[in-house]
Amino acid sequence: MMQPFIRHSGIAAPLLQDDVNTDQIAPILHSRGLKDDYQAMLFHRARRRDDGSENPDFVLNKPQFRGAGILVTGHNFGAGSSRESAVWCMLANNIRVVVAKSFADIYRENCLQNGLLPVALEPQDADAFIARVVAVDGAAPFTVDLVTQRISGPGGPDVGFDIPGPDRTRLLEGLDDIGLTLKHRDEIAGWERRAADAQPWLQAALDSRR
Amino acid sequence: MPSTLFDKIWDFHRVGQRADGRDLIYIDRHVLHELHAHHAFAQLRKEGRAVHRADLTFAVQDHTVATAPGRDDHTNPSGTAFIQAMRDGCREYGIRLFDIDDPEQGISHVVAPELGIVLPGATHAVPDSHASTVGGVGALAFGCGTSELAHILATQVMALKRPKRMRVRLDGRLGAHVNAKDVALRLIAELGVAGARGFVVEYAGSAIAAMPIEQRMTLCNLNIEMGGRSGFVAPDDATFGWLAGRPFAPQGAMWDRALGHWRTLTTDPDAAFDREVTLDCAILEPQITWGTDPSQVVGISGRVPEPAAIEPGRRAAAESAFAYMDLAPGTPLAGLPVGRVFIGSCTNSRLPDLQAAAAVVRGRRVADGVVAMVVPGSSSVKRAAEAEGLDRIFRDAGFFWGESGCSMCAGGNGDRGKPGERCVSTTNRNFENRQGPKVRTHLASPATAAATAIAGRIADVRQMLAGPA
Repeated sequence: MMQPFIRHSGIAAPLLQDDVNTDQIAPILHSRGLKDDYQAMLFHRARRRDDGSENPDFVLNKPQFRGAGILVTGHNFGAGSSRESAVWCMLANNIRVVVAKSFADIYRENCLQNGLLPVALEPQDADAFIARVVAVDGAAPFTVDLVTQRISGPGGPDVGFDIPGPDRTRLLEGLDDIGLTLKHRDEIAGWERRAADAQPWLQAALDSRR
Repeated sequence: MPSTLFDKIWDFHRVGQRADGRDLIYIDRHVLHELHAHHAFAQLRKEGRAVHRADLTFAVQDHTVATAPGRDDHTNPSGTAFIQAMRDGCREYGIRLFDIDDPEQGISHVVAPELGIVLPGATHAVPDSHASTVGGVGALAFGCGTSELAHILATQVMALKRPKRMRVRLDGRLGAHVNAKDVALRLIAELGVAGARGFVVEYAGSAIAAMPIEQRMTLCNLNIEMGGRSGFVAPDDATFGWLAGRPFAPQGAMWDRALGHWRTLTTDPDAAFDREVTLDCAILEPQITWGTDPSQVVGISGRVPEPAAIEPGRRAAAESAFAYMDLAPGTPLAGLPVGRVFIGSCTNSRLPDLQAAAAVVRGRRVADGVVAMVVPGSSSVKRAAEAEGLDRIFRDAGFFWGESGCSMCAGGNGDRGKPGERCVSTTNRNFENRQGPKVRTHLASPATAAATAIAGRIADVRQMLAGPA
């Protein structure tokens, strides 16, 4: 079930790479069972050195970014596997916003399902914002407001961002995705009747040996 | 107005438009796997929802199952809870499960087409990014997350934004021992790991027309590695011949009727695409990845690129890959010693993949010190391979011959390499730590992987088969 997103203030942590993939965000090898520790899963590999001790160089391990609420990154964030744990482990660490140059398709869909705000900035806006985030270095928080579609914070003027209206509404209201679709129950039933007539093999998946 | 095959399939399956502007696309076949199913079942229970069309839903145990002979729920202890939770949910909701001991168990993307569960012009969803593998039979497939999986269970539709259309024309005749894996790796290298983001890709051209169905599946499988939303090949006589008689495909008069429709599943001659790409396949040699994403690719006779030859925006990623892979720029790929070879996964584990590898291995031995594994894509593939004696060829050469599953592709079943090990793998992702902590993965075709296992070093299969056995 989705948590509505209206605005969120937090320290912005810069993870300055493109193509950060879901194997990095939520390593499958860390999965231990049905009730995973999503808080510990986030960037599990990068957060540790070979001997298991903490890697002080990883951005989220630096003292000023330990409680970061916003992740700032490059192109194609969330590439790779469709695993939704790569969104859940962000939320488990109270990261509610990812500001990126672009997102992988499935990852962005998973964000919308869970109230993790995917903000895609135009490249020049993104570069300017990243420079601010690096300069601020965790000293003061940024606020991301989905109502006004602006990011405000230290080191410069507000940064506007675009998000398609329907996605925005869904996030603001925390709409129940299945509930939205079930309003079309009759249309679904109607489609099934038409398909059973037009392409009946699609509406039956029978084992011919039985 | 002329339209693409994608548009025809999309428009037929469009149930309506939701208040948020998304199209509701009916899903004809939905296949679950155990890594994600339990979350969705738990959500349905919590919200008191039913499964709308259990009869169009299937489940396969694949991600966490052990590959050891005689395996059961407990052989991979970290998979036990996932396997049992999906079994319980399937019983509760009346979903046909291909369980760990089912004679037709396997990797979902292999099982669904080989049983005729997915069909040309049908829509298909799997909570896995490699769902579009079945594009090889002309199905339109979408990978999805766990929430979408629950959504499909409850409604049998996906709420999607209409993707853009790309056509990739593959022209020219493939050289000896060059196949769809090599084509796909070259294509990803050319377009980049996000090159098809937002697009559904139709693969066309003379190289496609000549390509067996299993290779088309390999190609469509790797579509996500360039970020594609889905990818498919329009069905043709080869597709229809391949599907005929498969148990879940229509039979008799219904087959004839379906076939009449399937023959209309083509892109109109003047249909417009948002992007068109062409690749000349005749000049390709076997391809292999050198880095840590599937676009970092060279031909088998090539070398790790010099930073100066890499576009500036990709240089930092390349530098990081040099370090992780322990490779200096300029190093030839061929000849690098390996510790492990893996042949399997939804990318390359169908019978022709195993035949191609066995043709290389026959009469040879795995090099000393190399751990070599073959994991068939389904239990049916395994039986078919054994009926041809392929298991003997692999075993006699020193390969492990496993039970079917995803195995070392993502290591979710405990099959992993050792830290620092260099591994040539027929899988789809060479991401850092994916096949085990610090494992250095090189993606390649089954023939290249087999030749590498024999040589103990990354090898050009063309040279191995040209020389004395």
